Parts: sequence; C-alpha cells; structure tokens
Amino acid sequence: MKDLMYLPDVVTLNLCEATCNGCGMCLKVCPHGVFELSGKKAHIVRRDYCMECGACALNCQVQAITVNSGVGCAAGIINGILRNSEPTCGCSDSKSNCC
Amino acid sequence: MKHSFLEGNVSISDDVIPLVSTRINFKDFMGAVMVRWGINRDNYRISPGLYAFGNPDQESDVFVTANYKLTFDNLRKNLSGLDGWILVLDTKGVNVWCAAGKGTFGTIELVNRIKLVSLEKFVNHKRLILPQLGATGVAAHKVKEETGFNVHYGPVRASDIKRFIRDGYRADKEMRRVTFGFKDRIKLIPNDFIYGKFYLLGAMAVIFLISGVSSKGFSYKDFSGEGGPGILKVFLAYFSGIVITPMFLPYIPGRHFSLKGFYAGVLVFLILIFLKFTGGNVFEIISWFLIITAISSFLAMNFTGSSTFTSLSGVKKEMKISVPLQIGFALIGTILMVVGKFI
Repeated sequence: MKDLMYLPDVVTLNLCEATCNGCGMCLKVCPHGVFELSGKKAHIVRRDYCMECGACALNCQVQAITVNSGVGCAAGIINGILRNSEPTCGCSDSKSNCC
Repeated sequence: MKHSFLEGNVSISDDVIPLVSTRINFKDFMGAVMVRWGINRDNYRISPGLYAFGNPDQESDVFVTANYKLTFDNLRKNLSGLDGWILVLDTKGVNVWCAAGKGTFGTIELVNRIKLVSLEKFVNHKRLILPQLGATGVAAHKVKEETGFNVHYGPVRASDIKRFIRDGYRADKEMRRVTFGFKDRIKLIPNDFIYGKFYLLGAMAVIFLISGVSSKGFSYKDFSGEGGPGILKVFLAYFSGIVITPMFLPYIPGRHFSLKGFYAGVLVFLILIFLKFTGGNVFEIISWFLIITAISSFLAMNFTGSSTFTSLSGVKKEMKISVPLQIGFALIGTILMVVGKFI
C-alpha cells in the first residue's frame, strides 16, 4: 500500500546537521521514515510525511532536532480551544477517549 | 481481583511475581470487542508493575508496555513460546502511542517503575525492549542516565517482536513504519461512531424541531410527517463522515480530511436526489446539500485524531479554512430550511 501523506509544506521539523552526531536514533524512532543516514549525518528525506509526534527530538542526545510536536487531532484542538489549553485528545486521565 | 490471564506466580527469592498466560481466552476477546464499541473503554486496565511469562530467568528479556488491557493482551499473545518479563507502566489505561503523546508512557514513569519494582533484582542484564511508538514519550538516553538500563526500541507492531529478536534485536524499515490500512481504519470506526453520539442526537433534535415549523406555527402533523425523513438524512450525513470517509480514506480525493468528508457528503446527497428523497422545494434541496456536507465534513475532520499520519500544524491549517465553512454551511442550510417552509 502506498504511504499516506497529509498536507505538504506545513511541518515544523528541523534538523541541524552540523550538530548531528550520526547516532541514527531518529531513524529508529520515526514511524514514517522521515530520516536517512549518509556521510555519518542524518538527513530529512521525507519531510511531508512527518506527523510531528516528537519522538526524534526527544531521543536526540545532542538536541539537533526541533519540532513543534503535538496531537494532529481536530477534536483535540477543539478541546484545547474550549479549555483554553494546549491541544489535547479527550483521552486523558481517567476519562479516556484516545484519538 | 483475580484476572483470567494469570496462570500463577513465579517466586524469585522473596518476591512473588504474577505469571501471565500468552493465550487470549474468550473473556479477553469479548473485552476487546466491547472496548472497540466504547464499552468499559475508560476502565479497561490492569495493575502496573512486573509480570512474568513462560519460564523466565535472569537473562530473559524485559518488554515494557502500557496498562491498557487491549495493549497488554496484544503484547502477551505475541510472546507465546518465549520466556521473559513484562514491565507494565501506569498509562491510566491508555495505549502506548497516545500515552506517549501525553507523557504518561514517559521517561519519568519508566524510571520510577524500574526503581519501584527493583528490576535489577530479576535480571542481570541492562536491556529493555520498548515498543517503538513509546519513543514519543521516552528519552532513551535519559533512562540510561537515571537507571543504567538501555532502551531498545522494538518494532511498531507486537506481531513483529519474534522476528525482531530473531534478527538480533534489529527492526527493518517495514517493522519501523506505521501503516493505516483498511483493517486498521475499520477497527476504529465503531468507537468513533459511538463517541460522536451527542453530535448526532443534537443535529437530529434540531432537524426534528425545524420539521415541525410551518407558516401555521408548530404542528404535530409536520413533526410526524417530516421529522422522520429529516432525522434519517442527518443519520446518513453522520454515516458519511464517520463510516464512509474513514473506510475509503485513501481513495477519496483531496488531502484535507474535511474535504474528503465533503465529497463523501456530496455523494450521499446525490444518492438522496436520485431517490427523490430531498423534497421538491429548491430551498429544501439546497439546505439539505449544505447540512449534509457540513456534518460529513466536520466528522471526517475529526478522524484526523484517529489517523496515524496527520500533524498538529497540518490539522491547525486545515481547520482554519474548514471550520468557518462548515459553520457557514450548517447555518445557511438551517436558515434556508426554515425560510423554505414559509414560501
């Protein structure tokens, strides 16, 4: 099956290749194959497939990756607006409906 | 409470660790069916802590998971024939990926849980196997700093665990990719269908009330005559956004989920026209077009949260365009419907 892609040119993902130590952790944690390793550095090769989950940035030891991560969930964004907080799926704590 | 997945205990010096079965029984199956329909979903959880499966020793692997029972069951059934340990984190009954997004399947909880169960008493190695999707909440290098344990991100799907181990704790590209095939999408539909019930009932109530309006004021005859078909049309719009759009997601044109939902709504509308089910009044026909597509589009947009590939930035961008249009369509549609009654 072909990979599903969402909107192009919206993602906030950034990789500072100068800082990258080439450990390859981002390749392991990314669920959409956004990164590739070549010349002992990671590179963003499928930017538009990024879903901003934040796994790469969190697991980057040298903090070479930044991304404005959060839930890509319309209901969560509506929740956030209604509660005047960050976007959150209704699936928190005891009352859960996960998106 | 005695759980049916418990087979007994494993005693390691002074500690007694519950031994879990790697088989799924009828009760587990029924529990899974029910939570898929939203029944008992908020409370389908097991106690956090350390569990054993098979015949584990100090060399055996440790698999880390969430305390949502559906997740736990999916893990243990994929461990049949192996021996090892399962470390269950307290994710408040939420699956790994969602909990990682919230941080409950996270570095702090993992570090605390390792210390709480004194994991080093049970294994003499420093290997933890985490589901790859847990990486959204866990910083592997911080866990190493705090506990000495090395986090190995396993495959996305538990069904690949045996292959992962056989390949020397390596996951290939395919095992690292999240997919969103027909089966994955179908499984999510029942819960979304139930979850949106208040939207459905609200819209049905509005249409039902409007159906009773006529130039002579409210009348019971109109309620009973037009209310039913009106409610049915709202239901079809709901079905279009919550069932049709997710089912055929990759095949419906457009990238915006709201646009896909709009197209599905147009299809439903055209079918209704074909069946001469929209009334003969031009106002009524236009108003149904607007209302059906608005409902379908809004609900399809909410499926972004169930999908596995939408980003926060993207959904925000989509909503900026779509939500005003949806509100506009619904409002104008409702007004036209009322106006049509007086002409």
